Amino acid sequence: MTDQHKLRLQSVRKAFGDNVVLDGIDLDVDDGEVITLIGASGSGKSTLLRCANLLEPIDDGAIILDGVDISEPGLDADGIRRRIGMIFQSFNLFPHMSVVDNVAIGPRKVLDVPKALARDRAREMLVRLGLEDRIDAYPDQLSGGQQQRVAIARSLAMGPEVMLLDEITSALDPELVGEVLAVVRSLKDEGMTMLFATHEMGFARDISDRVCFLHAGQILEEGPPEQVFGAPVNERTQRFLQRVTDAGRL
Amino acid sequence: MSPQTRREAYERRQRRRSLLIASASTVIVVAAVIVLVPRAPRWDRVKTSFFNRDIFVDTFPGLLRAFWLDVQIFLWSLPLIFVLSLAIAIARNTRSPAFFPLRAFAVIYTDVFRGVPVILTIFLIGFGVPGLFDSRTWSNPLIWGTVALVLSYSAYVSEEIRAGIEGVHESQRAAARSLGMSSRQTMSTVVLPQALRRIVPPMMNSIVSLQKDVALISLIGPVEILRQAGIDKAKFANFTPYVGAAVIFLALTIPMTRVADYLLARERKRTGATVVA
Repeated sequence: MTDQHKLRLQSVRKAFGDNVVLDGIDLDVDDGEVITLIGASGSGKSTLLRCANLLEPIDDGAIILDGVDISEPGLDADGIRRRIGMIFQSFNLFPHMSVVDNVAIGPRKVLDVPKALARDRAREMLVRLGLEDRIDAYPDQLSGGQQQRVAIARSLAMGPEVMLLDEITSALDPELVGEVLAVVRSLKDEGMTMLFATHEMGFARDISDRVCFLHAGQILEEGPPEQVFGAPVNERTQRFLQRVTDAGRL
Repeated sequence: MSPQTRREAYERRQRRRSLLIASASTVIVVAAVIVLVPRAPRWDRVKTSFFNRDIFVDTFPGLLRAFWLDVQIFLWSLPLIFVLSLAIAIARNTRSPAFFPLRAFAVIYTDVFRGVPVILTIFLIGFGVPGLFDSRTWSNPLIWGTVALVLSYSAYVSEEIRAGIEGVHESQRAAARSLGMSSRQTMSTVVLPQALRRIVPPMMNSIVSLQKDVALISLIGPVEILRQAGIDKAKFANFTPYVGAAVIFLALTIPMTRVADYLLARERKRTGATVVA
């Protein structure tokens, strides 16, 4: 079963009331692959990631992790979420805990790692991400870039098999975007499987194995970055990229 | 001394000016009170029946002693209220269908005890329940009066806690759940610690109220400060003991209110709300 996909979305549908947000999404993610999701706000990128992490139940279709349908209602969702890391646009660090405890709390509570060991490992993780001098700080004492790196460390501490990145640089000042993207790049080098919703087109072009363009809850175009960015076939993709280019973002 | 900026010089002038105006107006008002109040009609009678020095000195120690009972009831009630209201708030926040009866109970509980006057609850439980027991220990109105207070106040405080829980942003829950935490772990390690920090200021106001409402228990029997004051008042046919009781309450409630205000201001500052000049 070596050629199996790591994560598969099969005709995933999701609606909030009458508002159809995901309208039949099919997507296969291979082990170690980095796939970026691009598209306008409201195209369904964030919802797709939240559904893949079971934070939102899907209405129809299936989400398959390592050949197992994890969207089956009644499944132990907590046990699955710990295998999938998620990074949020607004960091969502726990403001009442120090940086090291933010990173250590997941392994302590979920994996029953003893406190001292969990904190030692958290420290190592933070050193790895260049945060050694912020270990005992609190989240609101950090810059946005540092907060997002702590959030990545918190997620990595659980040893995730797949990571979902939800516009993780959108809330950052421009000069802080680079330090976070550098971490993403190093994750790719280590072979992490990632689904990455982003507005950073240059970075997406650079890092992705494949790019998906979402519009109105559907993947309208999918392919290697050179093709999607260089010679988009779908007319809506062309228009979206034109707007991005006009705005000086590509 | 370092040279002043224009702004500092301006603010210094303004401060001096405000101080001058405030002092002047205070002097005028105080003088008016001193001069005019004794000239008010029947001031002598007000003085003898409310501010009688001899009676005050005579009854004050007894009032203080009786107040100790109020303090005891207050101190007993506090932890009970905290535990019960926390349980009710958590019950209201459960989401699993199996807990529906618990949720329903919590809703009914808060509706009923918030909707009924505290004094009515005290009468019902304080007079009613002791009659159900034969043994003397369990028919003590002190116990049931305290129970009534705890039940009433838990309804209010649980709503404050619930507001605190709901005030923790949904994204905090999402972050905890995405780490694989169960909903219970999310509640205990992420949501509650943040919620409890937030509710300290509103809870302080309830605590101040409770401190006063303990006196309501006097109406079902125990000789605490209000009842003692009533006894003294009847004995001397004079209202000074009530004034003495009020002084004792104020000595506690005013500092407590100031602490509550301070905590509220600190919380506002911490959450980053800026003060507009």
